Amino acid sequence: MITETLLTWIARFISGVSVRWVDSQPDTCQRVYFANHTSHLDVVLVWSALPTEVRRLTRPIAAKDYWDRGFVRRHLHQVFNALLIDRKEIKVHQSPVDLMLREIGDTHSLILFPEGGRNADDRIGEFKSGLYYLSKKRPELELIPVHINNMNRILPRGEFLPVPLLSSLTFGPPMWLEAGEPKTEFLARAREAVVSLKDR
Amino acid sequence: MIKEWALLGVGRPGFPSQQLGHELTTMVKDWALLGSVLVFLSIATLLGRWLKQQNSLGLDERAVSSFNSRVQAWWFFSVVLGFAFFAPKLTVMLFCALSFWALREFITLTPTSTGDHRALFWVFFLFTPLQFVLVAFDYYAFYSILIPVYAFLFIAARVAISGDFKHFLERVAKIQFGLLVCVYCLSFAPALLYIRCKQMEGDYANARLLFFFVTIVLSSELLQFLCNRLFGKHLIAETIDTNRTWEGVLGGAGATAIVGLSLYWATPFPYWWQAGAMSLTIAVMASAGALTMAAIKRDRGEVTSGTLIEGHGGVLSRIDAVCFAAPVFYHVTNYFFGAN
Repeated sequence: MITETLLTWIARFISGVSVRWVDSQPDTCQRVYFANHTSHLDVVLVWSALPTEVRRLTRPIAAKDYWDRGFVRRHLHQVFNALLIDRKEIKVHQSPVDLMLREIGDTHSLILFPEGGRNADDRIGEFKSGLYYLSKKRPELELIPVHINNMNRILPRGEFLPVPLLSSLTFGPPMWLEAGEPKTEFLARAREAVVSLKDR
Repeated sequence: MIKEWALLGVGRPGFPSQQLGHELTTMVKDWALLGSVLVFLSIATLLGRWLKQQNSLGLDERAVSSFNSRVQAWWFFSVVLGFAFFAPKLTVMLFCALSFWALREFITLTPTSTGDHRALFWVFFLFTPLQFVLVAFDYYAFYSILIPVYAFLFIAARVAISGDFKHFLERVAKIQFGLLVCVYCLSFAPALLYIRCKQMEGDYANARLLFFFVTIVLSSELLQFLCNRLFGKHLIAETIDTNRTWEGVLGGAGATAIVGLSLYWATPFPYWWQAGAMSLTIAVMASAGALTMAAIKRDRGEVTSGTLIEGHGGVLSRIDAVCFAAPVFYHVTNYFFGAN
C-alpha cells in the first residue's frame, strides 16, 4: 500500500503526466488496455492513471526475464499485481494468451504493450499477435488504445536516470475484433488507433 | 550578522519614542503596500471579467483569456510573496519549484536528443536546486556565476562525452538558454530578499522590494495589454506577436512608471523619480521577455498546441516577463543603491 502510493507519486512527479480520456470513460468492466512502449515507467504510469477501483482489477503484463530478477523488482511486480510472461520460452502447451485468459477470469482487466519491447525513439513499432489471439478467444473484451507521449525522452532505453520533462497519457475509445477480421488488418487497425491518439 | 541587522534598520540607536515611531511608519508601509497591491489586483480582476463579457467590442478572445490568466498569475504571485514577509527561505524554495516547472516545460518544447539526456539530468537535479540553495544562503559570489560559468561549460562537455555530434552547437545552446532564462534569471527575483541597499527601513524592506518588483512586472503586462488595445498601431514583429505594438509597449511602460511613482514610498529608492525610472526599466525588460518567449513558442508552435502542456501555455508563458526583468532590476538596484 505504501509502496503503491509512493511509486504512483514518484512516477507522476518524474513524468509530469497529464491524463486524458478521449471518447472514453474509466470503467470496471473487463478491458484490455494496450499502449505503445518506450520506457520502464510506462507500466506504473498507465496503471496509476486508472482510478483506484479500476486499478484494483487491472493487471499489467510484464516480461518475466526483467521483472523476476532481484528483490526490488520482485516486490514491485507484486505491488502492481503484474502477470509475468516468459518472453524467451514460449511453449505450445503454455501459451501466454491462455495464461492471461486464465489469470484474468471474469473480473480482471489487462495492460499490455503489444510491441513486445521498448522503442528507442517515438516511432511505434509493429504489434505482435497476442492482442489478436486474445480477442479471438474473448471477443467481448473491450480493447482500449492508450498513447504515451514523450516518455521516450524522460527515461529512454538504456538510461537509468530520468529527466523530468512533461508527458501525456491518452485513453482512446474502445474497439473490438470484427467478426472474421484478418490478423494483419486487425493489428494494423489497433496500431493506428494508438497512433491517432497522439494528435487528439 | 550584526551588521546585516543594522543595515535592515533594526537596533538602530535612538530614543525609544523615536524608534517606536520609526517602526510604526515601516509597519504602515508594509500594510499599505499589501493594500495597494490588493486594490490593483481587484481592479485588474474586475476589468478582466468585464472584458470577457464584452462581445460587442470585437476583442480577440485569446487576448482576453491571456489577460485573465496573467491576472491569475498575479494573484498567485501575491499570495506566494505573502510568505516573503515572514519566511524568506520558503519564498526562495517556492521560486525554485516554479523554476523547475518552467524549465521542464521549456525542455519539453525544445527538441533534444538522447545524447543530451545525461547533461539534462544534471541540469534538473543539480544546477537548478543548487542555484536556489545558494540564493537562500546569500552566496552572491557563487550563484551569480554558477550557471553562466560552471553549468554552461559542463553542459557542453557532457553533451560532447555522449558522442552525438549532430547539431551539437544548437543542442547545447538550447539547454543553456533554457537554464539561463528559467533558472538563472528567475533566481534573481528571490535574491532581492537578500540585497542590501543604503536606505532600507524596517525588517521587511527586502520583502517590500520583491513585492514592489513583482507588482510592477505584472502591472506592466496588464497596462501594456490595455495600451495595445487603445493606441496600438505599429506592430513590433508581426510574424511573432500579432498584438504587441510599439505604442503599447511604450505607453504601457509610461503608465507602469506612474504606478511605480505612486509606490515609491515603499521602495529603498531615495527619490520618487528613481522609483519611476526603475519601473520603466522593469516594464521594458518585461515586454522584451514576453516577446522572446513568444518567438520561441512560435518556432515550436505545433508542440504547444499538443497535449503535453496544460492550460494557456503553462507556467513558462506567465513568468517570461519576470525572468527578463529580475536580473536587470537586481543589478541596477545593486549598482545605484547598493550598500557595498
